[in-house]
Amino acid sequence: MTAETNTMTAMGRDGYGFRRFSEAELVGLAMLVPYLVLFALFVVYPIGYGLWIARDPSTYVELANDPIFFRAVLNTVVFLLVAINIKMVLALMLSSFFAQPRWWIKLVALVFVLPWALPSIPTILSIRFMLNPEWGIINSTYFRLTLQDGPNWLNNPAFALTAAMLTHIWKTLPFWTLTLMAGRLAISSELYEAAAIDGATPFQQFRHVTWPEMSMLYITCTLLSTIWTVGDFNSVYLLTGGGPADLTHVLATLGIRYLRLDQVDLYLAAVVCALPVIAPLIYFMMKRLSK
Amino acid sequence: MTRPSFRAMTGEAKLLLVAIPLLIWTLLPIYHIVLFAISPKDSALSGKLWPSQPTLANFEIVFSQKHYYLQHFWLQLWNSFVISAATGILTLLVATMAAFAISRIKVRGGRAVLNAALITYCIPAAFLAVPMYRTMGTYQLLNTQWALILAMVTIASPYAIWVLKQSADKLPYELDEAAVVDGATSLQLFRLIFLPLMAPSLVAVGTYALILAWNEYLYAFLLLSADDEIPLSVALGNFLAADDSPWELLMTTGLIYALPPAAIYFTLRRYMVSGLTAGSVKG
Repeated sequence: MTAETNTMTAMGRDGYGFRRFSEAELVGLAMLVPYLVLFALFVVYPIGYGLWIARDPSTYVELANDPIFFRAVLNTVVFLLVAINIKMVLALMLSSFFAQPRWWIKLVALVFVLPWALPSIPTILSIRFMLNPEWGIINSTYFRLTLQDGPNWLNNPAFALTAAMLTHIWKTLPFWTLTLMAGRLAISSELYEAAAIDGATPFQQFRHVTWPEMSMLYITCTLLSTIWTVGDFNSVYLLTGGGPADLTHVLATLGIRYLRLDQVDLYLAAVVCALPVIAPLIYFMMKRLSK
Repeated sequence: MTRPSFRAMTGEAKLLLVAIPLLIWTLLPIYHIVLFAISPKDSALSGKLWPSQPTLANFEIVFSQKHYYLQHFWLQLWNSFVISAATGILTLLVATMAAFAISRIKVRGGRAVLNAALITYCIPAAFLAVPMYRTMGTYQLLNTQWALILAMVTIASPYAIWVLKQSADKLPYELDEAAVVDGATSLQLFRLIFLPLMAPSLVAVGTYALILAWNEYLYAFLLLSADDEIPLSVALGNFLAADDSPWELLMTTGLIYALPPAAIYFTLRRYMVSGLTAGSVKG
């Protein structure tokens, strides 16, 4: 048996410089095949196809002449900067709240994760109806209190985008709060006890204990959330459909618009334009997660 | 003695001041769904915060498919179920094998495969949707449920592989070594050691893929269009086609649609949260 293995190894190395595959490696390679097939057919091919379609320079000229594209880029940047930062700061503060050892806070936490546990469609459509100018619960209540008609929320681009950002925060805040809370609970309680003995105020405890321990996690979460928010189609599309007058589109919903206009090449060009910003983020996150 | 207890009380009060607005903020859109589901149409549209005559009539209409938008309700619910179940099973198959090969066998190139999966995981799903739609057209899969199932497996498996690989790394390698000394083959290691010990992670990952597919809207409505092929998520979106949509029926259907993932989430909470947050926390 040993002799046989030696011969095989010798044969494998002979002339080619690589060894034969062992039984384990053959099994291992075979087990990678299903994912590799999936990856080749449904990741590599679509991306290659997209880049191929977007290769024509004239597409970019056409894209540059589309004001809706610029509006969508602007909306995306505003959405990312405002919604993510508000969400992550809230998540950081709430993670301290939920880390309090109280039985009733555990119950609050159970309710608090509902937006994340429930599917987007019914909840976002529910918010959409709440904002309806005539029959929505918000304007009805507003009318009952002030005897005046409330604004047509979703017909105003600024209000509509704000509503989409609030919807996004509503939906994803629980996930990031839970994630940051897990990091918060991993901090040794001795650090807090030592800080308390030294007479640190809650702010000083946060500044000198919580934040130094959590900053890396916070930044990782913010970047991952950025990537996912770029792909957040539902919060905008189900709430505003990109309207009014295509003024609340973001990059994630622009694809549907161009698909309907039969201008898929424009969308793929738009994605290629976003790559210089997105690709480094993706690469950085990949490196971080694969550690 | 009075001062600490006074301080404790203000402490509790401060916590309550956080909890109450938080609960209102969280529950308002959900309460709104329930409110519509138990309200007659005119009551729902009058903006009342509680119906004067709560009713289950909406559920009866939905269950008996007595509305134009609900003609295929049961079939679409079934479609949602089939698509999610198939996604869950296929994702588990693909990811379990890949994680075993990468983590336990440490096959050459495994690292590269993991990185490829992680890159896929980090690509915003909406960016891939339109190319995926065209690709499915090329493969002649458009408007078949296989298109959606395969797309969802593609989206779910990178994360599944990553989570499974991380839990697999934590199993002691001495187990495998001892079994190999006893003459076990790699497939026996997989079947007799890996699968049983990984069971909790497999539950978490399978459930993750299942819920992901159940909740998906964008890919579902791009890849499927026939009324008898679409899952319930797309059917809900189709309610918006007309201005005079029956909101109370939409919300009733939406509530029914939201219940299974919520029930699964709360049943398997322990598995889900630890499995799902573990990754991001390891920063």
